Amino acid sequence: MPQIQILPTQASTMAPQVDALYFFLVALTAFFTLLISGMVVYFAIKYRRQSTDEAGVPIHGNMTLEATWTVIPLLIVLFIFGWSASLFYTMARPPAQTLDIYAVGKQWMWKFQHPDGHAEVNELHVPVGTSVKLTMTSQDVIHDVYIPDFRVKADVLPGRYTHLWFKATKPGRYHLFCAEYCGTNHSGMIGWVVVQERAEYQQWLAGGAGQGTMAQIGEKLFKDLSCVTCHREDTTGRGPTLVGLFGKAVTLDNGNAVEADEAYIRESIVNPRARMVSGFQPIMPTFQGLVSEEGLLQLVEYVKSLKATPSNATGVPAAEPAKK
Amino acid sequence: METATPHANYLTDGYTLKSWLLTRDHKRIGLLYLISVSAFFVLGAVFAGLIRLELMTPAGDLVESDTYNRLFTMHGVTMVFFFLIPAIPAVLGNFLVPLMIGARDLAFPRINLLSWYVYTIGGIFTLWALVSGGVDTGWTFYTPYSSAFSNSSVALVVVGIFINGFSSILTGLNFIVTIHKMRAPGMTWFRLPLFIWAHYATALIMVLGTPVIAITLVMVAAERLLGLGIFDPKLGGDPVLFQHLFWFYSHPAVYIMILPAMGVMSELVAAFSRKRIFGYEVVAFSSLAIAVVGFLVWGHHMFVSSQSVYAAMAFSLLSFLVAIPSAIKVFNWSATLYKGSISLEAPMIYVFGFIGLFLIGGLTGLFLAALAVDVHVTDTYFVVAHFHYIMVGGTIMMYLGGLHYWWPKIFGTLYHDGMARVSAVVIFIGFNLTFFPQFIVGYLGMPRRYHAYPPEFQLWNILSSAGAVVLAIGYAMPTFYLVYSLVKGKPAPPNPWGAKGLEWETSSPPPTHNFDEIPVVTEPAYHYEK
Repeated sequence: MPQIQILPTQASTMAPQVDALYFFLVALTAFFTLLISGMVVYFAIKYRRQSTDEAGVPIHGNMTLEATWTVIPLLIVLFIFGWSASLFYTMARPPAQTLDIYAVGKQWMWKFQHPDGHAEVNELHVPVGTSVKLTMTSQDVIHDVYIPDFRVKADVLPGRYTHLWFKATKPGRYHLFCAEYCGTNHSGMIGWVVVQERAEYQQWLAGGAGQGTMAQIGEKLFKDLSCVTCHREDTTGRGPTLVGLFGKAVTLDNGNAVEADEAYIRESIVNPRARMVSGFQPIMPTFQGLVSEEGLLQLVEYVKSLKATPSNATGVPAAEPAKK
Repeated sequence: METATPHANYLTDGYTLKSWLLTRDHKRIGLLYLISVSAFFVLGAVFAGLIRLELMTPAGDLVESDTYNRLFTMHGVTMVFFFLIPAIPAVLGNFLVPLMIGARDLAFPRINLLSWYVYTIGGIFTLWALVSGGVDTGWTFYTPYSSAFSNSSVALVVVGIFINGFSSILTGLNFIVTIHKMRAPGMTWFRLPLFIWAHYATALIMVLGTPVIAITLVMVAAERLLGLGIFDPKLGGDPVLFQHLFWFYSHPAVYIMILPAMGVMSELVAAFSRKRIFGYEVVAFSSLAIAVVGFLVWGHHMFVSSQSVYAAMAFSLLSFLVAIPSAIKVFNWSATLYKGSISLEAPMIYVFGFIGLFLIGGLTGLFLAALAVDVHVTDTYFVVAHFHYIMVGGTIMMYLGGLHYWWPKIFGTLYHDGMARVSAVVIFIGFNLTFFPQFIVGYLGMPRRYHAYPPEFQLWNILSSAGAVVLAIGYAMPTFYLVYSLVKGKPAPPNPWGAKGLEWETSSPPPTHNFDEIPVVTEPAYHYEK
């Protein structure tokens, strides 16, 4: 028989904060459940019918009481709302400095790519005490990354990037679940988040990254797919240059501006005419179906690496993620 | 007014099958619904039993994953669309709305019969899907899984639910018109029993909300069968759009289930404390408030679906606000007991059960409205426990409570009250044993819809499965003593509880046209004082 447990481990900075709110809600629930059940039972005993033709005392209502039990619950829920919303805001906004890892969900496995090129399946290695941001997408249906011991969860959608961030506080192995029903083997789409001390994590990273960093693999794809014939390092190409593009505002042909984030870059590859850059002809073909989701993420990482200052693709800062 | 009068009651007014299948009598149609929803309840319960049996062990060893996925989908589909939504309105509402307002029937008796046939046809499609291999999308039909990936009979079930939706719309329409136009002389709006207010609010949701789910399911079918790109991103669609449309109906649908239960609650509390409901007007308007605000909270099902932070906050706030009218109702029911004349016959035991389950179900709703906690517990067993407490605990307690309360009126016979009280207690215990452990295992992180699960969750699953056995016994008991009462029960007087309300002024069972003379109402509802 497994050990009796009523709370998951607190293994992220968010966990104790979520638990505090949870405890408050448990106490509130217990209080009101006992208060009202107690009252009901007390009345039921005290005012038992004494004779068959007895009727209750005619009391029709009391506006002061009504106002009281409207306003008090209202104040309580507004308090809970404020507390939970501020926590949620922290959850939804990753800090400025994060270690970025990419995730692709597919029926029924998780693939993770580290910027240095490490790829892993159903396991995610992260260093302790570091803010980690996952950029996630799905190859097929909706999935959901859920790490109960971190109290974090986010849907993983096809055709879109979503984010999840956490800062692990304790080395160990933690469950990773798919929390959005995704078909036959949904309950098998599970894995482990392995939180390591930084030194240990560096050692793990050093244990062979394979074919180079994500940006390097992306650069190779960029050449293989002939993207480079139009998107040049200077401004002479038929397509806009991608150097220094990431994170900047782009003016579209309809006059609107859009931030060149991961989602925009992905969209411009699979559906180039959706939001055209001002001043360019709609001549780029779609790459939908020609590049895998992993490949798209590698291309994104490559574009990210194209800094405005003269540099080369190998100078990606990703190999040392846990810098302080 | 003792019975043994020569004129026929509605049960003796024709014995042929045709006299039942072509009846336009709202009371007979109510009984047709009683039989159909009971059949679907048994079916849904069998699925639930198999689910609980599979979850006794961490490994997925009883059935295949595909089978398990079909089980929980069919459990949800039959219970939500074919039992919980129609149960109280279509059975008790059909029977009682005309009786309570002093009318001879609903406004559109033929449409009422049509609604039962529509329901039945929808049900047949769903059963057809079941025998043709079942459906594995979950009752929520999330895209693009349902529209592009699932290899099961999605289209059949979707058509079944689409058709069934019209029975809801027709019933809602009938109630609205009936309540507006057919009240007896003197039956003003604020003399209406609160059961009628609750059904009026329910009918509004049925009429305004159901078309949205119908259209949404048509779109799923169109994408699946014709390849129209609506939800699948590969076809240029948006998968999250489906969730908005689905929950725009399916959250209010929870209120379709619970508002009628609240209406029954008000009737029972008043009758068994012989007292006017404390704050009658407040309780009446809180039903309407729930119906209106209930349409504005759908986004709380999607806090982790990538909607914007600010949208999530707005939906969170509105979800907290919709809790207030429910809280107000609970306070008013409790206050009604104060200085009442309380008798503890079986329906009142169901009332206590309802209060217990509704309190836990309602208060755990606050956990889910609280954004940061919801992120952790959404899509886990915590949510499963919560919505079972509210939708199932709340609704079934009052469906059964109401069935016991009006049983003598419906069938003119008395059941064994002691047995009925025991069943109420057994159901209450079984329910808590089944679903309370799910809160704990949910907070521990066990995701819902998992065929196999890590071993540390086993203890709570065993408790839950054990509870399901107790619950099954509790649900089975009324079947026996209620059916037995039909054969051997003592005849019921017109008003066995000494309750107020027009339905108790006519004979038990009522004559075909309800009242020999249309009553004239001269006093407010629940006018017990002498």
